[in-house]
Amino acid sequence: MIRRHPEPLLWMLFSAGGVISGLLMPALSFLLGVAFPLGWLTPPTHEHMRNLLVNPLAAVTLIALCTLSLFHWAHRFRHTLYDGLQIKHLEEVIATICYGGAIVGSAVAVYLLWQFR
Amino acid sequence: MAEAPNYTAYHPRWLRRRVSTYWWLGSWSYFAFVLREATCVFVAWFVVYLLMLVQAVLHGESDYQQFLMWSARPGVLLFNVISLVFLVYHAFTFFDAAPRAMVLHVGKTRVPASLIAGGHYLAWAAASAVVFWALLGA
Repeated sequence: MIRRHPEPLLWMLFSAGGVISGLLMPALSFLLGVAFPLGWLTPPTHEHMRNLLVNPLAAVTLIALCTLSLFHWAHRFRHTLYDGLQIKHLEEVIATICYGGAIVGSAVAVYLLWQFR
Repeated sequence: MAEAPNYTAYHPRWLRRRVSTYWWLGSWSYFAFVLREATCVFVAWFVVYLLMLVQAVLHGESDYQQFLMWSARPGVLLFNVISLVFLVYHAFTFFDAAPRAMVLHVGKTRVPASLIAGGHYLAWAAASAVVFWALLGA
């Protein structure tokens, strides 16, 4: 029987998450995390945000951003813990927490954005 | 492929020097590597922050205003400023590494690294413009 390793798939998710978070997060973080809270720019009204999130294209983009970014985090965080702290012996616990967290977070993202339907 | 052969649990003691847990503090390039890897924590944090915002919008006007007030609290704001720095560092390091991960050929010539990196930076600029337009425009 052919034994398939999940590593290539996990690496693809890591890579895709790295690209999409790199493309979108700096601008989103600048506006939502810094510019609006500091009052540099006026935050969108509630109606504007609602209309934005009702848009299927925006919803799908946000779901892709959240899920892929979480798998990006899971993969990188897991390997950094192994290499940085040399705790490879905790492999199974760490992998479960990382990928499990990514799956739960993705489900939350889909659930929340689905409510706008 | 055949099944993986069974190895015995025994192996000779390796001639390996013990590496300190803080090996990455010794040189700037190791430290930069760990900083780069650490960006993923801020990527995850930003997903959480985004989902909190989405939930607030979903729950209505007053929850949204509450979220905006919470996001302006000094602690949250400071963390988001640090996280913005890390997210920008992530984007630069990831797009700089892209030509090494992606080997493209047109005919027999390899697409130059500068073109692949340049394409990523161009896409970054375009995506940022769309984000600004979606949140500020119309």
